[in-house]
Amino acid sequence: MTVLDKPVRPQAPSDPAAPRVRRGTAWLLTAALTAGLLVLVPVAAGTGAYPIPVGDVLGSLLHRTGLGGTELDRVAESVLWNVRFPRIVLALLVGASLGCAGALMQGVFGNPLAEPGVIGVSSGAAVGAVAAIAFGLNFLGTWTVSVFAFVSGLVTVLVVYAMSRSGGRTEVVTLILTGIAVNAFAGALIGLFLFFADTAAVNQITFWQLGSLAQATWPKVLAVLPCAALGLGLAPLYARRLDLLALGERPARHLGVDVERLRIVLVLVIALLTAAAVSVAGVIGFVGLVVPHLLRMVAGPGHRFLVPGSALLGALVLLAADLAARTVAEPAELPLGVLTALLGSPFFFWLLRRTRRRQGGWA
Amino acid sequence: MRSVKLPRLVPSRPVPPPPAAPGDVLAAAEGLRVDLGGRPVLDGVDVEVRAGEVLALVGPNGAGKSTLLGALAADVPAAEGVVHVHSRPVSDWSAPELALRRAVLPQSASLSFPFAVEEVVRMGRAPWAGGDREDEDEAAVAEAMARTEVTGFADRPFSALSGGERARVALARVLAQRAPLLLLDEPTAALDLRHQELVLRLCRERARAGDAVVVVLHDLALAAAYADRVALLRSGRIAAGGPPSEVFAAGLLSEVYDQPVEVFPHPRTGALLVVPRRES
Repeated sequence: MTVLDKPVRPQAPSDPAAPRVRRGTAWLLTAALTAGLLVLVPVAAGTGAYPIPVGDVLGSLLHRTGLGGTELDRVAESVLWNVRFPRIVLALLVGASLGCAGALMQGVFGNPLAEPGVIGVSSGAAVGAVAAIAFGLNFLGTWTVSVFAFVSGLVTVLVVYAMSRSGGRTEVVTLILTGIAVNAFAGALIGLFLFFADTAAVNQITFWQLGSLAQATWPKVLAVLPCAALGLGLAPLYARRLDLLALGERPARHLGVDVERLRIVLVLVIALLTAAAVSVAGVIGFVGLVVPHLLRMVAGPGHRFLVPGSALLGALVLLAADLAARTVAEPAELPLGVLTALLGSPFFFWLLRRTRRRQGGWA
Repeated sequence: MRSVKLPRLVPSRPVPPPPAAPGDVLAAAEGLRVDLGGRPVLDGVDVEVRAGEVLALVGPNGAGKSTLLGALAADVPAAEGVVHVHSRPVSDWSAPELALRRAVLPQSASLSFPFAVEEVVRMGRAPWAGGDREDEDEAAVAEAMARTEVTGFADRPFSALSGGERARVALARVLAQRAPLLLLDEPTAALDLRHQELVLRLCRERARAGDAVVVVLHDLALAAAYADRVALLRSGRIAAGGPPSEVFAAGLLSEVYDQPVEVFPHPRTGALLVVPRRES
């Protein structure tokens, strides 16, 4: 039996992205992302039509949390706490939700091209949100739009999931085509609601649809907080099982994963996260696609880092994008969704080509 | 928000099985019928899998070998009859409990994301996470990789491997699971001569160590050399079962495979050789 113990072939050279190295990378990335957020938040809070030095921002933060610091003058304080901070918190929540939803969705579908925007879940959630706005529904208070977005988003994920899977796998073509169909149908419904809405609602919807955080307020933050927090809190619990799902449904079940339940819980979580993002910020595409991909390239596909990491990087990316959206064309403001789509769609092109090359065609 | 109960999300630890004594029946099918697409694929199948034995499932294409393996693995439900694993109906076990009792090697291995080989093998340890035997993880992974000779490319992404290398990595994952019942669907299909022998030697070793091994094979000579018992399937039924020396009769094999077959002892070792009869 000595043959068994010494491989006959020469040892293959080590790959640079070895698992052990990857684990180190994951810690390093987490630290870097956190540091990035800690730097960007005060910078974003100080930048804008009414500039506030970063030192003053930190001082005001410390003052409010009772750790010393100094209060600013009335205008600065008001700009900071009623305009900038709600917007920043909202950007962080929306970004984290989108990034995390993207990572989860790619894991559940076992397909790196799955993304709430691409496969139509964002539009699906938008249908509910638009309906709530168009018909002036507010029986659930500020949560009405979120709840509507969640319900219609959930229905959409379930429909896409049921339609695009066969034999436990999702083919790229089926997934994208399903996304086209769902997007078209959602677009039609939104058009229909717009047709029936009054002028004020139409204006509100049109602006909201472009994807923007311009109307951020603390009540809006509160409206998405439950959805986003619940989703972001639950997601990492399923990371290890998502890894196993990469083997396919049956092998995952052989390794003790209750695949049916995992799927249902994750679809719920995805709908929660997407609804949180869409209900306040409209359809902001490609964050959920680009963010997990970048992380996977650097730190490997393990979901234990990928899921929380995507939330962190998503938050960072969206905060940076929002900062850019409100500063590059000052005093005007670019719609955030337009900006992310401008930057994200070329990446999507590249990804499509790469996937195709790997699989040798999709026929 | 509180309606989400944590205990349900993180289920209680499944209890590992007690060690099996040689001869214990670890899996059994009784009067098993399985329908796929409204057509019976297996009918009236009785099979026992005992600890300490290698059982080979052989038969022509479409005879139901993989379906039988799938039924023993709890992948396909029985339309009639019952499948027991560790003396309990297979449907009574939860997925985590079953994962401690049986490991399954699927016919083809695929992976949605480019995990490294070592990470794939480590996935085999998932059923033991949080349990007492979690300490064995490192040793089990290292041993499984060494046995299947995949240690040399432990750091390469699975997607960059050849078919035969993937098959061995998938086998390493199954071995790392250290379940007392191994169900292997054509583990030798993509392998070269040397690795075919290696894989079946591994099966033998696991059986000698007290595990039960079921293996679907196409190569009858391999089955004759390494299996304690074979079950010869023909259109969803067991045509013959028993030690290879009894089942592998030229007449029966020729009839089941619809191809003339010769069975004769190896001139040096006396081991059974099965070859198709070719007139030259």
